[in-house]
Amino acid sequence: MSISRRLASGGLIDRSKPINFTFDGKTYGGYAGDTLASALLANDTMLVGRSFKYHRPRGIFSAGPEEPNALVTLRTGARGEPNTKATTVELFDGLVASSQNCWPSPNFDLRAVHQLAGPLLNAGFYYKTFMWPAAFWEKFYEPAIRRSAGLGALSGLDDPDTYERSHAFCDLLVIGAGPAGLAAALAAGRAGARVIVAEEDFVLGGRLLSDSAQIDGVSAASWAALAEAELGTLPNVRILKRTAVFGVYDGEYGAIERVSDHLSVPPPFAPRQRLWKIVAQQCVLAAGAQERPLVFPGNDRPGIMLASALRTYANRFGVTPGQRIAIFTTSDDGWRSAFELQKAGAEIAVVVDARTEVAPDVRKLAGNAPQFLGAHVSDTSGYRRLTNITITDSAGQTRSVAVDTLGVSGGWSPSIGIATHLGGKGSWSEEKSAFLCNDLPPGMQLAGAAAAQWTLTQALENGALAGAKAASHVGLGLQAQKPILAGDEASGNNPVWLFKGSRRKAFVDLQNDVTATDVALAAQEGFRSVEQLKRYTTLGMATDQGKTSNVNGLAILAGEIKKTIAETGATRARPPYVPVAIGAFAGLHSGKHFKPTRLTASHAASAAAGATFVEAGQWMRAQWFNAPGENDWLQSVTREVKAVRSSVGICDVSTLGKIALCGSDVGTFLDRVYINTFSTLPVGKVRYGVMLREDGFVMDDGTTGRLSADHYVMTTTTVNAGKVMQHLEYCHQVLWPELDVQMVSVTEQWAQYAVAGPKSRALLQALLGGACDVSNEAFPYLACAEFHVGNIPLRLFRVSFSGELAYEIAAPAGYGEALFNALMQAGKALGVTPYGTEALSVMRIEKGHVAGSELNGQTVARDLGLGRMMSVKKDYIGRTMAAREALIDPDRPTLVGLRPVDRSQRLRNGALLFARGMTPAPDNNAGFITSTAFSPGNNHWIGLGLLACGLERHGEIIRAWDPVRSGDLELEVVDPVFVDAEGARLRA
Amino acid sequence: MRIPCPYCGSRDASEFSYSGDATLTRPAPDNADAMFDYVYLRDNPVGVHREYWYHDAGCHAWLTVTRNVSTHEVIDAVLAHDEAAS
Repeated sequence: MSISRRLASGGLIDRSKPINFTFDGKTYGGYAGDTLASALLANDTMLVGRSFKYHRPRGIFSAGPEEPNALVTLRTGARGEPNTKATTVELFDGLVASSQNCWPSPNFDLRAVHQLAGPLLNAGFYYKTFMWPAAFWEKFYEPAIRRSAGLGALSGLDDPDTYERSHAFCDLLVIGAGPAGLAAALAAGRAGARVIVAEEDFVLGGRLLSDSAQIDGVSAASWAALAEAELGTLPNVRILKRTAVFGVYDGEYGAIERVSDHLSVPPPFAPRQRLWKIVAQQCVLAAGAQERPLVFPGNDRPGIMLASALRTYANRFGVTPGQRIAIFTTSDDGWRSAFELQKAGAEIAVVVDARTEVAPDVRKLAGNAPQFLGAHVSDTSGYRRLTNITITDSAGQTRSVAVDTLGVSGGWSPSIGIATHLGGKGSWSEEKSAFLCNDLPPGMQLAGAAAAQWTLTQALENGALAGAKAASHVGLGLQAQKPILAGDEASGNNPVWLFKGSRRKAFVDLQNDVTATDVALAAQEGFRSVEQLKRYTTLGMATDQGKTSNVNGLAILAGEIKKTIAETGATRARPPYVPVAIGAFAGLHSGKHFKPTRLTASHAASAAAGATFVEAGQWMRAQWFNAPGENDWLQSVTREVKAVRSSVGICDVSTLGKIALCGSDVGTFLDRVYINTFSTLPVGKVRYGVMLREDGFVMDDGTTGRLSADHYVMTTTTVNAGKVMQHLEYCHQVLWPELDVQMVSVTEQWAQYAVAGPKSRALLQALLGGACDVSNEAFPYLACAEFHVGNIPLRLFRVSFSGELAYEIAAPAGYGEALFNALMQAGKALGVTPYGTEALSVMRIEKGHVAGSELNGQTVARDLGLGRMMSVKKDYIGRTMAAREALIDPDRPTLVGLRPVDRSQRLRNGALLFARGMTPAPDNNAGFITSTAFSPGNNHWIGLGLLACGLERHGEIIRAWDPVRSGDLELEVVDPVFVDAEGARLRA
Repeated sequence: MRIPCPYCGSRDASEFSYSGDATLTRPAPDNADAMFDYVYLRDNPVGVHREYWYHDAGCHAWLTVTRNVSTHEVIDAVLAHDEAAS
């Protein structure tokens, strides 16, 4: 039967709303307003896990996001989330959490034997201990270390929840809603500024929730509630609770809102978390400060906590974590914690202050509790829970005091982490005993404890001033602020970084198990800069980013290397300040939503006709159509090719990039971007063109037709559509703005179908009737026209990729499906066959047309047999560079056709080419196969390849080497055109 | 980072593609050496830089952006078209 540590009254929890939750399989009760940590403490459960390296028992240490110890796995199965800080988890009914890094339980962990191996696990032990034999590292040491040292494990299942990304814009972003943040938001909000207040906690107030102070005559917590209520009435103020600002970027802030993490599952249509990109003119960083622990022997036992955390548990959650509490402090604030705890009803057994002089007012805060000045805690005992502390007094006398809880207070460090994200550095203030930040991101001010304005009065005044300043920076008048009345507090501090005593480990970084000895060892071994110290010892590298350990660690290092803290400096904080789920960065762009899926107008009709689809860029294209009885893709493709070559086929080519170009200078413009001449292109004609990059290599190819005097339409390859558009716009806007050219992408506006095969004319005649004369005389090869059928504008191009008599017909995309169906209907009597990209590819290989695998960014026009197209009468993009010596070298690999000597053999893309008899070695390589297909016309596999001196080698037998697939083959080099070399068919 | 597009206003940098040095001028044809420099050789200046950005998820304008590459401060953005035409 566990003891309840809940105080009889008090706290900001809602005692009318009890909540049940489970930790390590055991059910406990808490209240609405609890965190998992406060509810566990209320149930006298202090021990929640084992430490990272030594598997020492560890308890809850803090009451906030700085928590180094109480990392739990929240939820189970696919929603399980490891390394969640129990101190920030808002309790909800049905919450399930479990401890980590211990087996079988935190109370009895078999791996605690690691403590015995302690001397082997010191700083840099990875590098020192597991050096030999080298081969053991990967196979044995690393897996073994990873198994035993570590944090929680991922479920390995898909995340069932969704995430969102949002933008927000404001005049002022207030980070943190403690006294300074609320005062800043009120001042700026009242002045009319658009304010966003981001608070990591689920209640506004910060330290106001943990203190019993009075402000303006009401309790601190009530003042926070009143401030929130007033902010709520201002339409220009937005409050984001459960939202942590994790980074400052260029002109914007990253924040993560835990939208549904306080519910067992997100409500329907709600995301789990939302990533905010906040564009703010001004920012007030009022993130408060972080209490520093003290480093002394045995300082990691469950029951040793930050003194301010004890005060938070008592005042905010109505929980006293122990029965007999000791306070060990170097600051006035430790005494304040003692005062608050006593006031809440806890028993303070002793207050130990390392300072010899403490103001009488401060000493009064401890009431009747025994006090030791100039003393320190030199040892502790208790395995699963603290039982005793040893106090060494100013005279060197030791005595043991039985306590179950020890609050430690080493002064405060301003939370300036995100203020340094743009490269600023903290600078040590001897006066404040803290790192301050003077080199702030543009538009940012610090306020309150983040600016080392420690007292409540200072924080409120400082915050109000910062808010008013921010409002005036965005052009709003400075408003007179009503002074906020709060009492004053003592805030003296005289830090001592390391206390000597017993031989027990004195921990600096609780989460990564780094001790004072490790820091000393690192310094002794020459790791004397803070950045080296961090990496060598892993100090501050855990999920808490060393929020409780960094300053202590570098101060101890400074002592070891006999430098001041200012000279030693601090490590640089980098985003994210708090861990952020990768899913939040991805937002909705995951799985199928990673990129858009674009469907052509004929998609549904093609699917109904048995199409298998393939991704081409973002498009889904029909790859082949399965006919009844076919069970192999090659069977379908072969049938489609035969049908086109003997009759007629239809293929959706809408995905090719289409760019409309208008203006009186389009001809000139095209001359400058294509290697061949377009200014001579007559109206009603189409021409094939090749574009180079400025470095002389081929970028893309396609056709451009001239529909009227000043209206051209260009096609690009599917995958390069965007790139070509960008290139043309660059050429026009940057290089030749004087040309009268306008352009727009019309890829999605027009559906386009290839109608190919000897019966294609008959099909179009049947479909178009008198709307367009498609006879060879009226509409010869490379003709184009725009006309109407009814109200529908249609475009017809006589172009052929297959080598057959062929046309491409286009209609506005909204009529695309109707056109596809009409083509199929009109061709029914002719035996029309829909064909996919595979058959398209087979026919272009048979015809020796180049495509993506030849336009690979490494080929010039000559390599592809297109050298003759390169005009010598004009300049064009890439011309000068294409004339470079290496690019006109006759030995360059050039396009050839390839067929196997043994006709039954299959060719493979990527096979390397060698002269017959040459050893397959890099120096002998003469090229490679770029494209292969089974040619139904030839009844064997054929290929295209790039072969050194290819043009001169037609007829030669070479060797294709492809060791992992087809092995070694003999190939015959032939002309790349395998069908209708004279082009009689396409001109028919 | 935000870029003030003359057409679209202040927009997120993710809407733009970066395309390098805007201080270069395309050399006259057949000057192979100048063309080589234009295509391949780039200075790597610290501080304020002029560079091309393409608003591909917006108005498709090419912008000349003046930006401090040390601080990422965007100082100015104008239409490359206007600059080239002037």
